[in-house]
Amino acid sequence: MFKIFITLQWKSFFRSSSMGKGLLLKSLMAFFAIYMLALLVFSGGTLYFVLKKISPDASPMWTLSQYLVYWVLAEVLFRYFMQKLPVMDIKPLLLQRIKKSSIAHYILARSGVSAYNLMALFFFVPFGIVLLYQGYPPLNIITWLFSILGIVLSVNYINFLINKSEKALIVIGSIIVLFFALDYFGLLMARDFFGPIFNGLFAYPGTVFIPLLLALSAYFINFKFLRNRISLDESLKAKSTEAKTSDLAWTRKFGDMAPFLQLDLRLIWRNKRTKSQVFISLLFVFYGLIFYTQEIYAQMYPMYAFLGIFMTGIFLTNFGQFIPAWDSAYYNMMMAQNIPLRKYLESKALLISVSVVVMFFLTIPYSYFGWDVLAINFATALYNLGVNIPVILFFGSLNKKRIELDKSPFGNMQGTSATQFLIILPVLGAPILLFTGLYFLVSLEAGVIALSLLGLLGLLFRDKLTALITEQYRIKKYGMIAGFKEKNS
Amino acid sequence: MITVDKLTKVYGNQTVLNLDHIEIPKGQSFGLVGNNGAGKTTFFSLLLDLIRSTSGKIINNGVQVNTSEAWKPFTSAFIDESFLIGYLTPEEYFYFIGELRGRNKADVDALLSRFEDFFHGEILGQKKFLRDLSKGNQKKAGIVATFIGNPKVVVLDEPFANLDPTTQIRLKAIIKELTQNKEVAVLVSSHDLMHVTEVCKRIVVLNKGEIVKDIQTSVETLKELETFFTG
Repeated sequence: MFKIFITLQWKSFFRSSSMGKGLLLKSLMAFFAIYMLALLVFSGGTLYFVLKKISPDASPMWTLSQYLVYWVLAEVLFRYFMQKLPVMDIKPLLLQRIKKSSIAHYILARSGVSAYNLMALFFFVPFGIVLLYQGYPPLNIITWLFSILGIVLSVNYINFLINKSEKALIVIGSIIVLFFALDYFGLLMARDFFGPIFNGLFAYPGTVFIPLLLALSAYFINFKFLRNRISLDESLKAKSTEAKTSDLAWTRKFGDMAPFLQLDLRLIWRNKRTKSQVFISLLFVFYGLIFYTQEIYAQMYPMYAFLGIFMTGIFLTNFGQFIPAWDSAYYNMMMAQNIPLRKYLESKALLISVSVVVMFFLTIPYSYFGWDVLAINFATALYNLGVNIPVILFFGSLNKKRIELDKSPFGNMQGTSATQFLIILPVLGAPILLFTGLYFLVSLEAGVIALSLLGLLGLLFRDKLTALITEQYRIKKYGMIAGFKEKNS
Repeated sequence: MITVDKLTKVYGNQTVLNLDHIEIPKGQSFGLVGNNGAGKTTFFSLLLDLIRSTSGKIINNGVQVNTSEAWKPFTSAFIDESFLIGYLTPEEYFYFIGELRGRNKADVDALLSRFEDFFHGEILGQKKFLRDLSKGNQKKAGIVATFIGNPKVVVLDEPFANLDPTTQIRLKAIIKELTQNKEVAVLVSSHDLMHVTEVCKRIVVLNKGEIVKDIQTSVETLKELETFFTG
């Protein structure tokens, strides 16, 4: 029975649309996947030395154990959002002569080998190998790795259990915050409390059975739960959420653009992928902290220009690159309906402009690292507003890949084509090159002024540019309609 | 109202549509029947300028559809789910279409109140997004949306499919009422011969992209169509 399931799985993977993508895209995706794996292996491999540096007197294993509780909690939280039990594609199996219990085993076993679980192994196994070379006892290392595997699998299966309620999320979230706060203010050392427990998994090889048993019991609770609920109306039915509506009356101020603006806001708010784009964009405000705080980057202005363009333009690139594919599911209607294309595009531009301004304001605290940071961020924000918005809208007319809005956002490459990689060059590359050139040839001020001026020019000629882009969309109309119709591209 | 002239659509070396001449007068209820691949949806897509014709032209109320967009204000259509916006509630969708067609909320509400029967209490005030409605209910919403803003041409592709019997009967009444005073031309395609003969004053049969019959509906029409499709 399992052989059949595995062949099905195999086919679904190799016949999936992502495999049929263009060679360029395929190799780029492969490259990124390998890069991510390499990064994990590398950080796992160097973890020992990093930990040694952080607290030289303690054993790295001891130090690591203190933080493992946060890793577990973070993993639970992360998976809560990202990982769902893959139940939808077993519908066709229901009517066949297959025992429900084998279907349940299949679903659960399949989730056991998911990428989420492998990621942890790619991190911890290299760490274990380094430990081996550092003369730690092999038996302890091997059992510890199995314990980690047990923890990963427990998290994997416990997630499916808590995934059923929103309350669980709040509980986990508060636990993390509480632990962290208690720890931070020195009231109760969560690290001190959990550190020895996790370290025990290493110190006493026999304890390996605890996490493995935990994983096993989580598996069976899931199994029992699932076996009784494999029917169309229970676990297989996609949950529909109650629609909360607001009429967004304030958008009226924008006149003709209002209906499109409302549509875009609802688009963003009511679909997982777009919603996560917003959160990710907001998180990227902290990206600067990584660089501004490091001395090697101090006064490295080309880097600052990159940060400016990137941080103020994160939503611009994330959201903008897929215009108009966000509307692909109903693009037919948009084209047959009485819609002034220009207003449609202007509304998108407005939305992105607001994001750029907001991101700029959020990056103002970085002026703590010098007024030049503020000046560069201001110039890059202007450049994003004036030049990059038209550029990204223009490239949008090359989008022909459909986006299914209700698909999970994580690792979702839907809608991605060579266009997306083409866009990066002018949007990120051009301003940084220009700035860098002027900075080295003339001065920092020249770079800042040039970017600002270009931005202002773009704003000044916005009408002309929009007309040009609108025409482009009109020309590409048939290609877009045909492309967006293909469900599996 | 609508003039089709030497219209062809060719994919590769396959001609999927080849219409020499069709004239659809104002206010006609026009039915399009044919087996799968006959070219019904292709014709509607061309009429809405969603695909490019290989040759020939369609003129809608004096506007050539692939060169000007001036036909949009008086034309509305429901072809398939790709005409619905899944993440809106039906109300929001109606208001959005209303905005596009220059109708405010009150206008739209007034229009919707006339279709309460048709909705059968399953569309309005359900607190559900369109994507979560059943296929039949999605269709109801899509069809009613085409009536917003006094269109002169309404295009409905397979409007009867997926509807329950009660709704089918109500839809027939609505279409008849719409074309009664010869103001609105309704173009309907269907696989159900009975429904089209009942609703449409004129029926065109397509086969492999060509017109094989063009009939003014009479009592014998259903028989005639059945004989044609049996053979």
